[in-house]
Amino acid sequence: MFAYYLDLALRSLKRHKALTGLMIITIGFGVAASMTTWSVFRAVSGDPIPWKSSKLFVPQIDNWGPAGHGPKDTSNEPPDAMSYTDAVALMRDHRAKYQSAMYQIGAAVTPQRVGQHPITAIGEAVYSEFFPMLDVTFKYGSGWSAADDDHRAQVAVISRHLNEKAFGGGDSVGKTLTIDGHEYRVVGVLDDWHPQPQFYDVVNTGGFSEGSGNIFVPFTTAIANSMNNNGNTNCVETPKEPGFVGLQHSECVWIAFMVQLDDAAAVQQYRQYLDNYAAAQQQAGRFTWPPNNRLRNLMAWLDHEHVVPSDTKISLYVALGLLLVCLVNTAGLLLAKFLRRASEIGVRRALGASRREIYTQFLVESGMVGLAGGVLGLVLTGLGISSVSWVLPRDIAALARLDVSLLVTTLIVAIVATMLAGLYPTMRAAAVQPAWQLKSN
Amino acid sequence: MTLHPILAALKKHKAGVTLITLQIALTLAIVCNAVFIIGQRVDRVNRPTGLDEQNLFLIQQAYVGAPSGDDAESVQKLDAMQRSDLETLRGLPDVESVAAISSLPLLQSSWTGGVGLKPDQQHSTEHAAYYFGDDQMLKTLGLQLVAGRNFTASDITNRGFRGVGQPAMIIVTKALGDKLFPKGDALGKTVYLDGQAIPSTIIGIVKRMQIPASGSWGNSFAWNSVLQPIRLNSSYTRTAVRAKPGRLDAAMREAREALFKANPMRVLEDQPNIGVGIMPFSEIRARAYRADIGMAVLMGVICLILLCVTAAGIVGLTSFWVGQRRKQIGIRRALGATRNDILRYFQTENLMIAGVGVLLGAILAVGLNLWMMKQFAMDRMSLLYVLVGVVALLMLGQSAVFAPARRASRVSPVEATRSV
Repeated sequence: MFAYYLDLALRSLKRHKALTGLMIITIGFGVAASMTTWSVFRAVSGDPIPWKSSKLFVPQIDNWGPAGHGPKDTSNEPPDAMSYTDAVALMRDHRAKYQSAMYQIGAAVTPQRVGQHPITAIGEAVYSEFFPMLDVTFKYGSGWSAADDDHRAQVAVISRHLNEKAFGGGDSVGKTLTIDGHEYRVVGVLDDWHPQPQFYDVVNTGGFSEGSGNIFVPFTTAIANSMNNNGNTNCVETPKEPGFVGLQHSECVWIAFMVQLDDAAAVQQYRQYLDNYAAAQQQAGRFTWPPNNRLRNLMAWLDHEHVVPSDTKISLYVALGLLLVCLVNTAGLLLAKFLRRASEIGVRRALGASRREIYTQFLVESGMVGLAGGVLGLVLTGLGISSVSWVLPRDIAALARLDVSLLVTTLIVAIVATMLAGLYPTMRAAAVQPAWQLKSN
Repeated sequence: MTLHPILAALKKHKAGVTLITLQIALTLAIVCNAVFIIGQRVDRVNRPTGLDEQNLFLIQQAYVGAPSGDDAESVQKLDAMQRSDLETLRGLPDVESVAAISSLPLLQSSWTGGVGLKPDQQHSTEHAAYYFGDDQMLKTLGLQLVAGRNFTASDITNRGFRGVGQPAMIIVTKALGDKLFPKGDALGKTVYLDGQAIPSTIIGIVKRMQIPASGSWGNSFAWNSVLQPIRLNSSYTRTAVRAKPGRLDAAMREAREALFKANPMRVLEDQPNIGVGIMPFSEIRARAYRADIGMAVLMGVICLILLCVTAAGIVGLTSFWVGQRRKQIGIRRALGATRNDILRYFQTENLMIAGVGVLLGAILAVGLNLWMMKQFAMDRMSLLYVLVGVVALLMLGQSAVFAPARRASRVSPVEATRSV
């Protein structure tokens, strides 16, 4: 029976080639625009660590108080990064399963090979727990130990990219890397680990940045070697002392922080701990305001930091609007087309076809338009995705990919959407009274 | 011609008419907002930075194994390294002038602070971006001094990147000066930077200089720039260079060679995404506005598709109606209606449908804009966009309906006598 409907649909579609073509093109463009912008949106708004994101939290401590807010700002939101004082205190207290303070560094690396100019590698100063907390994957070696943190060991983890550049690839564990004039021992080389968004340090990377995450050294070592922070520094008042040490003694915020808390009880306990900490600071006279902390889950944090660029969202919405118009257009055309065949429907009904069969017939016809539109949409989506690099910022465009799931989604969206558009016209077609049609002919 | 027959006919196609009206309304709403976005982006990209951008390039480099800059002695060492580089560059044949500078407009690397009118002011009067550099800044960037004077070589001091202290004198943009002193008499006045008690005198006013941030974050203070006569010393330096007219490429090449020759222990390999290397200002501009231009192009493409789809939809639907009404048209022709009457009938019909569509669309367009204002902090759309959109869509409807309407007008009166 289905084959019969397919045959009927094909005949009908062939009869009005121009109109059929118009519908297919409409659906194709609508679907392609939506799927192209969707692929970008999906890439930037996705969960960067889905198996663990529910256990990762970002604490915020209000070390600025009311002075941190302009006269028009009523949010009472604490700063989104941490001061050195608070970050180090939280590390010392060590109340979460894993935790790491981190700040962005720009390290001048001198390659071993003669004749090569020095290069800059952007990375992070982190604690040893950073690696197990974020399930960082290694090609060679591993992270460093807590003892290395304590002893300010000159050890480094490097990305595959930096490994290629500095050592020409291969297992470089144990080799020496000269960073800002100090010698570091390579303990690990990352596998292809560069999560996007760079969720661990959103405040300094903005979420998406090319060329960062190439080198990791112990936080304590970086401080000891005066590796200046490369990211953002926000101050509510100018530091009183000069230099990097002055920054460490100030209330300026420049350090990102992340903790792993495995269950609700742990989260509750950590919240309590933060409040106790802030209360103690209040008692000591450092804060002149009551505790005002936040402990956001990773995904809530990314949302709070507006990691997804608003342009990406606007493009998606506008493209969905385009798809909606395309569907309304298709619905109008299908309606006109189906109703014009009232007499044919009348004859079929009179010869014993049930309403259900009319339904099936016309839905199959819409589905076929959808399928054809989807195939065209696939081609156009492919074109669209290959040209987003031309339209969007490079670091974001590079994330948009045409994969199997997008292919399947494109086809399904096209077919389902067109059948939805065909639903009302089909209903009207099925409602045709056979007697009426036969009489008028 | 009365509208009655048209209305009667439209009533018979309620669903079809509703769909095409809806489509026109949605098209108008989306196109208006998309064109508004395009307009905003084009405005943003076209605003002048205040710089003479031609022949200008930027050197961003880092010394390897340089002193920390945390103590006075190492700061002086860093300053000596930086001054030596400046001298090297000034001696190049294709270089016209060279300035130490902490950032450039559109570079996205900002140092911002608050400018106040009183010492120890808790909330600053104006937010502004700071440019630290030497007396060659104005000349090298091509800034226009409209009042007062430039810094002289003896005004220039130096301090570590994280040093403390405020400058005794500053140069501000006219925009900032007028905001601080609405009477327009900012020259010679005293201001206090970052809520401190150290006075800074405004010794000069430049016509225009954009801040380094070009995104929406900087919108509220896009023209509030403060120039400070201070060379900031750190292992990372930025230097603006003006090449002799037409010698940009040659000057860039010379600069790289000369700097490496003077001191090979530096990072100068081109990695613009992490702020190292030598690049012309045109590239800084292109990088800053890439996303805006991309967004404008994307919106343009979507508008084009939308208008084509809607035009094609009108053609398709009207063609159907014409086909369906051949007999009626024939009867009307037989009863004396001229071809023009038939043509006008379909055009009036389309005008009515599109009219309702654009009315609805205008409301939708404003609603969509309000929603985007709330959701994405977008600006209010001028009603002119809606007005132009309305006229454009009505014209689109009329031209789309023309071909099928003309086909209708060619239906012969004989059709009246034929049965279906």
